[in-house]
Amino acid sequence: MNLAVNASEHSDKYSFEIEGGNFNAAGTVSTRLKSILKQMGLPDDVVRKSAIVSYEAEINIVSYATKGTIQFSVNPESVVIDVWDEGPGIPDIELAMQPGYSTANQQIREMGFGAGMGLYNIKTYSDQFDIHSEVNKGTHLKMVIHRNSDKK
Amino acid sequence: MDIKTIVEKLNLQLRSAADRLNSSVTGGYTGDLLSDVMANSHAGDIWITRQVHQNIVAVATLKEHAGIVLVNACEPAKDTLEKAIAENVPIMVSDLPAFELSARIFNLLREKE
Repeated sequence: MNLAVNASEHSDKYSFEIEGGNFNAAGTVSTRLKSILKQMGLPDDVVRKSAIVSYEAEINIVSYATKGTIQFSVNPESVVIDVWDEGPGIPDIELAMQPGYSTANQQIREMGFGAGMGLYNIKTYSDQFDIHSEVNKGTHLKMVIHRNSDKK
Repeated sequence: MDIKTIVEKLNLQLRSAADRLNSSVTGGYTGDLLSDVMANSHAGDIWITRQVHQNIVAVATLKEHAGIVLVNACEPAKDTLEKAIAENVPIMVSDLPAFELSARIFNLLREKE
């Protein structure tokens, strides 16, 4: 396996590269993110929500994109997670946000992914969520989890 | 209730992380859609699934599940087992289908209350 995860750590900013199509490594980055946030002593609830949104974004890159980057930082108010990918992009974001809508192929579905819950879960568990996508170029997600948010 | 009790009462075959038999099981979740399990299961749950590929280990690690039980006598894939050993996640195998296994574990957890 080549280097699916390259972490570079600059103060409180962490960046990880993700390889499209590599289901073997899927979840590695989110597991790392989770342990870093935990080590920082953030509340369980914040760690849990950050791990869920990061995991879903990671699975989306592996399932659909050529490659991508997950970057996150922690400031006094929140955890900020940015995800960029190079890939097909999303032609109809409103449709893609609907729970149950998915363009996943059979192989992805057989592994239990592609339930059409990914972006919906990301939106549900983020306190702020932005998505921008350009067809045949890629997608950018920005998720913000407040450190003292209400429990979901 | 610990994993050991569930393993013994339901005759499960333990495939990894024998040193975690004393871990506490506080609930359970049954599902094969990983996003659903990510969104709705809880830390301390025992996760009942038919999925055998290695991504189940990442989900169980992220959600801090007590362990994973594979149904219908399905064995974990080779790389799943390797990952489970590396991450110290208990994987168990049951002969029962998901419906029956879930009911039995539910009853065991309820009896204890």
